[in-house]
Amino acid sequence: MNKRHREIVLPEADLSRQLERKSRRGFLLGGLAAAGALGAYKAVRLAGRDNMVPWPQRDVLNLNGKLWRSYVDDAHLMPSYAASQIGYLKPNGDHGLDEEPDDQGNPPEWDGFKLEGPGVTPVTLQLSDVQSLPRHEMITKFCCIEGWSVVQKWTGARFSDFTKKFLPPGASLTTYVYMATDGEDYFVGLDMKSALHPQTLLAWEQNDKPLSYEHGAPLRLIIPVKYGIKNLKRIGLIRYTNQRPRDFWYEQGYDWFAGL
Amino acid sequence: MAKLVLKHLLAIRWFHWVNFPILFLMIWSGMMIYWAYPVYRLGPVPLFPQWLFALLGLKFRLAEGMALHFVFMWIFIVNGILYIAYTLFSGEWRYLLPRSVSAFRDAWQVLLHDLHLRKEMPPQEKYNAAQQIAYCGIVVMGAGSLVTGLAIYKPAQLAWLAALCGGYEFARLIHFVLTMGYIGFFVIHVGQVILAGWNNFRSMVIGYELVKDGEQPVEQS
Repeated sequence: MNKRHREIVLPEADLSRQLERKSRRGFLLGGLAAAGALGAYKAVRLAGRDNMVPWPQRDVLNLNGKLWRSYVDDAHLMPSYAASQIGYLKPNGDHGLDEEPDDQGNPPEWDGFKLEGPGVTPVTLQLSDVQSLPRHEMITKFCCIEGWSVVQKWTGARFSDFTKKFLPPGASLTTYVYMATDGEDYFVGLDMKSALHPQTLLAWEQNDKPLSYEHGAPLRLIIPVKYGIKNLKRIGLIRYTNQRPRDFWYEQGYDWFAGL
Repeated sequence: MAKLVLKHLLAIRWFHWVNFPILFLMIWSGMMIYWAYPVYRLGPVPLFPQWLFALLGLKFRLAEGMALHFVFMWIFIVNGILYIAYTLFSGEWRYLLPRSVSAFRDAWQVLLHDLHLRKEMPPQEKYNAAQQIAYCGIVVMGAGSLVTGLAIYKPAQLAWLAALCGGYEFARLIHFVLTMGYIGFFVIHVGQVILAGWNNFRSMVIGYELVKDGEQPVEQS
């Protein structure tokens, strides 16, 4: 008789005593285990919050982020699509876009964006500075954290080319980059590996047309290896940094890494 | 003479009872995530209607759902992998794996028997053919949830996996359908456990089942 079919054969009275003992023991231990698990779950859920998320969960989310960041690779791409697959992208979020367009519907004035970082002399750059870089086009998927996705065509310059040109030779590459709208109403933090990914563009055209105001005119970040929440519109500030930067939706309880 | 027969090994019982609340939590948090883009329909009926999300208090909890889903997924994954490894090493898989294609015919007869349309059960060992198909199927579904889940979690880093799942959108649909499958499994499984009675349920907690004179240990859940 193997252990899978272990049998206990006893006289009737002993057998029921045996069964009672096993039942008591089994249900007691089971009950304790269940209570322990429920207690542990409650302890996690009631733990102090780190940017809206109980800290034990936040720690795991940060670990997930580290794990996936190490897997990010220039060869791991969001797939490309045919022009016929381009869909409609609804403007979803207007934080930092609170100025009204003028009577003709033209977006409000934009005075370029600031560039900062260790070893970088603060400078204000214009659209032409970005457009002087090699131009790239891609038709790829834009994924919203809500669950929907849509194929779009984007035209812009690679952030890696931008960094090569505008990070001074003396300045070392930082581990993060922070981008924000003018006034920092909306802001995102990015790990450098994702920021330098070949599909990460500073984009000025969407589906062969200049960006509309609601989609981030005149210059926005397109980073397909991140959810839409990281694809900052209407760039007002780019800052290289070695501290993990603030992030708008992270502070609302979302994952900091938010990578795809 | 009556006897106590060890039916469910200790490890199997642990895997089962760990999985139950974790799977519930994955479905619960999954619904918080799904609420943000609830596009699937069954004919004219939306899955799920807004009133149901409201009734369950699952609206406007996307961030919370993600923060649960991507934490507790680890327990679901590790528990599932350990369960599969254990059934392989312990030899339990022999009782769980349907023997041949005739299992489907046998399972049909089990169904007819359970619906009181047929008197005799087909011959079986520890589990009948319907159980074998259900218990193996649920493991395959679990693996499917992991694979499609990874595909929608990292559609760029794991683009090949998303492509294998029929693309990002289709992977999400499979992930959803599998979840509906768990709910269906749960309803039938609990119903069968209730019908099978206390002796059977108790064996999933204490391991042993009481087998009376001349009876074969037969599981009915």
